[in-house]
Order: sequence, then C-alpha cells, then structure tokens
Amino acid sequence: MTFYLVSLLKFFFSAKCKGAKDNNHLLYKPYSNAIIAKEPTSLEEEIKEIRRSGSNRDLDHASEFEMSDIFYFCRQGVESIMDDEVTKRFSAEELESWNLLTRSNYNFQHISLRLTVLWGLGVVIRYGFLLPLRVTLAFTGVGLLVVLTSIIGFLPNGRMKNFLSEQVHLMCYRICVRALTAIITYHDSENKPKNGGICVANHTSPIDVIILASDGCYAMVGQIHGGLMGVIQKSMVKACPHIWFERSEVKDRHLVAKRLSDHVEDKTKLPILIFPEGTCINNTSVMMFKKGSFEIGSTVYPVAIKYDPRFGDAFWNSSQFGMVNYLLRMMSSWAIVCSVWYLPPMTREEGEDAVQFANRVKAAIARQGGLVDLLWDGGLKRGKVKDTFKEEQQKLYSKMLVGTQEDRSRS
Amino acid sequence: MGSRASTLLREEEIEEIKKETGFSHSQITRLYSRFTSLDKGENGTLSREDFQRIPELAINPLGDRIINAFFPEGEDQVNFRGFMRTLAHFRPIEDNEKNKDPTASEPLNSRSNKLLFAFRLYDLDRDDKISRDELLQVLRMMVGVNISDEQLGSIADRTIQEADQNGDNSISFNEFIKKVCL
Repeated sequence: MTFYLVSLLKFFFSAKCKGAKDNNHLLYKPYSNAIIAKEPTSLEEEIKEIRRSGSNRDLDHASEFEMSDIFYFCRQGVESIMDDEVTKRFSAEELESWNLLTRSNYNFQHISLRLTVLWGLGVVIRYGFLLPLRVTLAFTGVGLLVVLTSIIGFLPNGRMKNFLSEQVHLMCYRICVRALTAIITYHDSENKPKNGGICVANHTSPIDVIILASDGCYAMVGQIHGGLMGVIQKSMVKACPHIWFERSEVKDRHLVAKRLSDHVEDKTKLPILIFPEGTCINNTSVMMFKKGSFEIGSTVYPVAIKYDPRFGDAFWNSSQFGMVNYLLRMMSSWAIVCSVWYLPPMTREEGEDAVQFANRVKAAIARQGGLVDLLWDGGLKRGKVKDTFKEEQQKLYSKMLVGTQEDRSRS
Repeated sequence: MGSRASTLLREEEIEEIKKETGFSHSQITRLYSRFTSLDKGENGTLSREDFQRIPELAINPLGDRIINAFFPEGEDQVNFRGFMRTLAHFRPIEDNEKNKDPTASEPLNSRSNKLLFAFRLYDLDRDDKISRDELLQVLRMMVGVNISDEQLGSIADRTIQEADQNGDNSISFNEFIKKVCL
C-alpha cells in the first residue's frame, strides 16, 4: 500500500514540475500570500490604540466617545469580508499543488499537453479500473453486513451472540475500508474506547464511521433513515444494540439523554460513537461541540481524525452533492489517507460544567490533529448567527463609553 | 473545466483592476476566489444576503452600514469590479506611491479617500454633513440597548459641540478630518 502512495506522490510532483516549467502560469494557489496579518486583541485595546494615534488630546481627560471609534468596527468588518474564519470551513480545503483530480482544481487552464495526458491517464485508471473494483467490494461489504447481522439476530442473547456480532461488524467494515482504498494509521491504540464510555470525534464525512468501526466495535447513534440506509440500520440493531431514533424523537433532548445514559450504564453494551459537531466540517478546524453528550457523566474517549487531502478530499459538502454522488467521488479518488489518534480518556472535573468540559475535549482533539480550534457553531453552515454575539460587542463598547462617565461624576 | 471556466478572471481584467486599485496580481486572484465563494447564487454578483452570511460581519454592530458601502446608490447587486473598488480603500499606503505622477488622479486608498469612506458611514443621506440625527443613529447601532436616549443624546451634543467650527450644528467633512486626526 505504501508503495502505491509513494509512487502517487512522485507522480504528482513530476506532474507539477512539468507544468510549472512549461509555462509560468500559476498551477496552484499560493495561499501563503495571505492578505491580512492580524494578532488577536480586545475591542477596548484596539479602540484605545486608534484614539491614541489620532487625537492629540491628553488621554486622562478622554472623552467618552470619539468619532474615530468607528474605524475599529469598520476595519473589523472589512477584514471579515476579505477573509473570515467560519465560511471557509464549509467548503473543501484548497491544495497547494494539483493532484490531478478535476474536482480539486480551482483555476484550471490548459497548461501543457503533457499534463493533460497525465490527467487523462489518471481518469482512465480511476474510472476504468479502480471504481468498478471498489463498487463491487462496497456492495459485497454492505450485503454481507445486512445478511449476516440478520442471521445473528436469531441467536439467543449471550456471549456467543456478542462475539459473533463483533466479528461480523469488523469484517464487513474492513471490506468497506478496502472498497474506499482507505489507508488508515491508528495511533495510541491503548486508549481505545471501552464499554460504558462515549467516544467523540471530529466529523468530516460519513466515512468517519467506517474508519473508526473497522478498528473497534461501537454502538452507533443516529436517526432512522428510509431506503437502503434504513435497511442497514434495522439489520445492524438485530445483532447488537445501537441507538436509533425516530425523526420525532430527535427533538426531545431529555429522551435522547435518557437513552444515552441508560446505554452507558449497562457495561455489557459497547461504547457509543458520537460526533458532537453535529455536521460535517472540512477537516481544517474543529467547531463547537454540542454539550448534550458531555452532560451524561461517563468517561469520554476523544478521537482525532485527520485526512490527507492530497489523495482525495473526504469532506462531504451536503449542500453541494448528495450521498450517492459523494460516495462515487470517494471511490474514484486515488485513495483516502488518514490518521486516527486515540486520545487518553477524559472525565468531567469538579466545578466544570458541560460546556467547559466540551471545550476542553475539543481543544485536545484540535491540538492532536493539527486543526484550528474554533468557538463558532457548525450550525452556521446553514443557519444565521445568533444576535447575542452582536449584543455582546455592543455591551463591551457601551462599557467603554459609560464607564468614563461614571468616573467623571465621582470626581 | 466545467462550470468554473465561465467565471474565470481574464488577464485583461486583472490588469485593469490592478491599475485602478493598486492590488497585486496574486491579491486580485485571491480576492476573486473569495468573491466567488461568497457568491452562492453563482451569477457573478453579490447581494446583501451574501455578505450577511459571513458570521463575523453579521455580529458587527455596524455590519449593515459597511455592507451598504459596497452597493452603489439604489442598487442591490455588486459585481467584482465594484467589490474591488470598495476594498481598495483599505489597501495600506505604500511609500513608493508617494512619488508617483502628481497629475494622476488620486488613488483609491489615499488618506483622504479612506477618511471619506468612514465619513460616509455616518452621513447616510450623502448631503456631506453629519447631522445630530445621523450621529445618533450610528451611536445607537454601536451601543445597542445599553445606554439611555438622554445619555446618548448628550454624548452626541457634546461631540458636535467639540467638532463643529462653523456653527451649523453639523459636522462637515473638513471638520471630521480635523477631529479624527492631526
């Protein structure tokens, strides 16, 4: 497998060099050429800085309001128009050099005949050879999963059933892994999640589930779907307990929390796998973790998953393409290469509330995976930002204005 | 290949924008990809909703005013040229520009044009004066509900008193310049 990867990398490198030599067109995006360089400072500091540099007035008698205060908000606003931390997390990561997949190409212009030929060769290999092979494997894997778990469902509950169910799940997931040509490196397997715990990971695509489940057995959590997905879900739950919710039950947070905590209390049941971001993010950052899973009070096993985008971008942009389209793209990439780190288990400490605990776990995952730790909610992919954030800024600014007035009335 | 080809920026356009705004080639291509990623409707123009989708801008108290500055009078869409022209105001002034041809028209990012941009955030009706009402409106946007009307009114009065020099109870562009910098 590594031979395949190494030769692919050499291939890309040679392709890039050829292209660059033929022509001084930009083949790749030089995003090291960032437009804004800023360090994080607070609202108060920055406004004071602006006042200091502008006015010749003595700051001891600073007036409450200066007309130049507007510059702070103005600059923040325009900077966020040029580049912001959030919207770019919802589209695929940009690559430094082209990997011969049309989909990861943003500025394609006809560079050279040689490159086009290489690309054409790549298409033939991927669609003519790799894709049919993978699709066959995928159907085999899924089919076996459905059939075997249904058969196991007839067995009486007990150790034999659990053992067989684990073997079946592992085997089928491993076939699916081959179907995607996913090359996974697991780190620190001694920290693998144990029964009665909750496994949390950052979410990039539905493939995350396959990657984790091929190395260990988990109880899945999710909504029951119709169609093929529903068939798979129903047969899986015959062999071992997963937590599937009806669509109506998902809204009821207490019900969800109750079912989850019932599950973790039963030590014979498998650890639960949850993605607290609630949505797919493009694997450059970790966004806000929903606190639900952190309120339950059992041990949390954080897992960091980082994909290598050079071989195939695993991010599922659900607003851009549906599931089937996505899977086809996955199966026609070169390979899916990723690293999985099992982090040491964490529990909620004294005096820490669920939100703080969630942020602590998130920071640990971000650090390990080399991802940016953001406080923004992944729900911003589809929804509007809450007004409370704007009100916070307004409050901070008002304090600056009114605060000095209070001092004045005292003196 | 595919749909992107139709929205690619042509070399001539890049040159024109470079001349007009002073941004470098790579900065222009960078901002172009930013423009296209904001353009969810993929029709080559941005609407106000496209801007409001940026969370950091949506929580900015002056967000709406700043967005307004991109749209010419009465229009609801801005194309890439207009986008760049407005952003050009914020390009830092470089030393080598000071020696340029003095007969050339003032660059978009000159000090005076930067200040005019800020002035226009206050002066909504574009009558070249900031009235007490206009000042109050902006103040209200920046403080939200945290300061009472009376207090805000007295802040506005004090500001106009200090800045107004010709006694017309409003702030002209020149008075504004004198107030915010030396």
